[in-house]
Amino acid sequence: MEERELRLMKGNDAIAEAAIRAGFDAFYGYPITPQTEVMEYLMETDATARTGMAVLQAESEVSAINMVYGGASTGHRVMTSSSSPGISLMAEGISYIAGAELPCLLINVSRGGPGLGTIQPSQADYFQTVKGGGHGDYKLLTLAPSSVQELTDFIPLGIDLAFKYRNPTMILADGALGQMMEKVALPPQRPRLAEYPDWATNGTPRGKERRFITSLNLLPKEHELVNIRLQAKYREMEKNEVRYQEFMCDDAEYIIVAFGIIARIAQKAIEIARENGHKIGLFRPISLYPFPMDQIKALAENPRVKGFLSVELSAGQMIEDIRLAVEGRKPVGFFGRQGGMVPTPGEVEEALYKQFNIK
Amino acid sequence: MEVNEIIKPENLVYKKSRLMREKPFNFCPGCGHGVVVRTIAEVIEEMGIEHDVIGISPVGCSVFLYDFYNFDVVEAAHGRACAVATGIKRVQPSKYVFTYQGDGDLAAIGTAETMHACNRGENIVIVFINNGIYGMTGGQMAPTTLEGMKTTTCPRGRDVRTMGYPLNITPLLAQLPGVCYVTRHSVHTPGNVRKLKKALRTAFENQRDKKGTSIVEVVSNCNSGWGMTPKQANEWMVENMFKKYPLGDMKVDGKLVMDMNEPR
Ligand SMILES: Cc1ncc(C[n+]2csc(CCOP(=O)(O)OP(=O)(O)O)c2C)c(N)n1
Ligand code: SF4
Ligand SMILES: [Mg+2]
Repeated sequence: MEERELRLMKGNDAIAEAAIRAGFDAFYGYPITPQTEVMEYLMETDATARTGMAVLQAESEVSAINMVYGGASTGHRVMTSSSSPGISLMAEGISYIAGAELPCLLINVSRGGPGLGTIQPSQADYFQTVKGGGHGDYKLLTLAPSSVQELTDFIPLGIDLAFKYRNPTMILADGALGQMMEKVALPPQRPRLAEYPDWATNGTPRGKERRFITSLNLLPKEHELVNIRLQAKYREMEKNEVRYQEFMCDDAEYIIVAFGIIARIAQKAIEIARENGHKIGLFRPISLYPFPMDQIKALAENPRVKGFLSVELSAGQMIEDIRLAVEGRKPVGFFGRQGGMVPTPGEVEEALYKQFNIK
Repeated sequence: MEVNEIIKPENLVYKKSRLMREKPFNFCPGCGHGVVVRTIAEVIEEMGIEHDVIGISPVGCSVFLYDFYNFDVVEAAHGRACAVATGIKRVQPSKYVFTYQGDGDLAAIGTAETMHACNRGENIVIVFINNGIYGMTGGQMAPTTLEGMKTTTCPRGRDVRTMGYPLNITPLLAQLPGVCYVTRHSVHTPGNVRKLKKALRTAFENQRDKKGTSIVEVVSNCNSGWGMTPKQANEWMVENMFKKYPLGDMKVDGKLVMDMNEPR
């Protein structure tokens, strides 16, 4: 395995360090709590001097996402990070990026909404991320880390997947992951790109046809074909890019489904419940799109499994996808805290007992 | 003169740039857009930079630039051309990047992006088509629409008390230290087209020499949106638009050369 450097790092700093090491060509962003440290770290550690990476503070998230659109159109590795209200402002640009099929990395260190809401962690942007957010039929490859290490690892993975599919990747993190410190093993520096894809608009090479980037088609007949092609790509992503983790599901009678930071708390709750003799398992979707439908369905079809509990930092969003996967085979309950509140493992454990009438 | 004599190469007076594709323009007959579009192609061809140029066409009547040019073009969201240009230029500083923006695009929905790109002195060329109207969407009021001028969203004429004043934006941009060149032109006579061409060349040379932002405004017509024949539109433009938006250089090589704040 490659040589990794161990460090104690805050999530947001780790994002920045991982971006430099992943060989990004540019970061365009706008300050917003709880992710502001990303750009601060890039500036403080002088990413530009280290790798030549461009780092620019835009005048708004609208501008930042359109800078990403520009950089991505030239086939460079480009990213932005923001938090919920900023991501809302980026929605139009994200739709354009998806429509023009440009690879880039987006990070949402999400916070509680709606509106200005709170700066504390939340998962209430699940719908926005996996069900649209911007206009039109498009999908973001969505990765949900549950540790600073995963957050770090998903940065090179995220941009590589983006290039593989010519599609934006979103890392849906939250305020807790951005702010907490954990041990991380950092990958070595990888070089920035030296060659760019054929489609990239970075000046027509001699003897070649000119390239263009657009999401526009006035003829509905043509535009339907574009949409059909996009959908075929999404089906391909659904086939290849499902990621998840199971914890003690092998003998479990009840399954908690949770992603991101709350999955860590749920895991603790399960450990306590197991000590009390209850067979509980954790299913953690890592890719939120594509969602691990088949895997959850298989659990639902297992006669041993009696029910599911979706635990989220929202009023219940992912639960809709769980129910689609379960298709009424087993009961699916919900427990969540909202508005930036994070439950303790004890609260989760209690919710579990209540939901399934066990003690 | 015989036809055969006229088409002899030595008698050639004008030829379509080889950087223009065969695709017919989607512009209305008589519209200034087409002349500006092909003049840009001529300048890029003459400078021999077509392998290093990236054009950006935001939404407006010129959104299909990529259909017309034989060099790389990126279509952008309405108003975001300068942000897209920044994103490209920062990762490709040695390339020539230009935007082609309408007045709605540059001076309404994209004011922030334009102002801040200029304020950062992004080393790009901004071509700004000021036709005092939203051409593409069928003739609504633009920020540049003249006082009293009728459009579909000010059918009784622009009332400055409720709709604001015509926004003369390039003199404002000229104040910014990051901006090195601001000039205003038109394409209603061959002489004016020649002047525009020279200005465009200066703008691209500024970019080559890393001098900062260059802005070439073209006061143009929209005969369809204005509800006039092409000839009437040009006459109306000279009489009315040029009063509020007088032609000439505003800033050259970083120095203000004319106080453009007071309409003459
Ligand atoms: C976000 C958004 N809002 C509105 C529109 C509709 N729209 C398209 S072009 C345009 C105005 C174009 O006017 P201008 O920029 O002056 O260009 P012109 O067509 O006059 O050259 C508008 C409002 C859009 N495409 N996107
Ligand atoms: S609508 Fe106006 S600006 Fe657009 S092509 Fe027609 S005349 Fe030109
Ligand atoms: Mg206009």
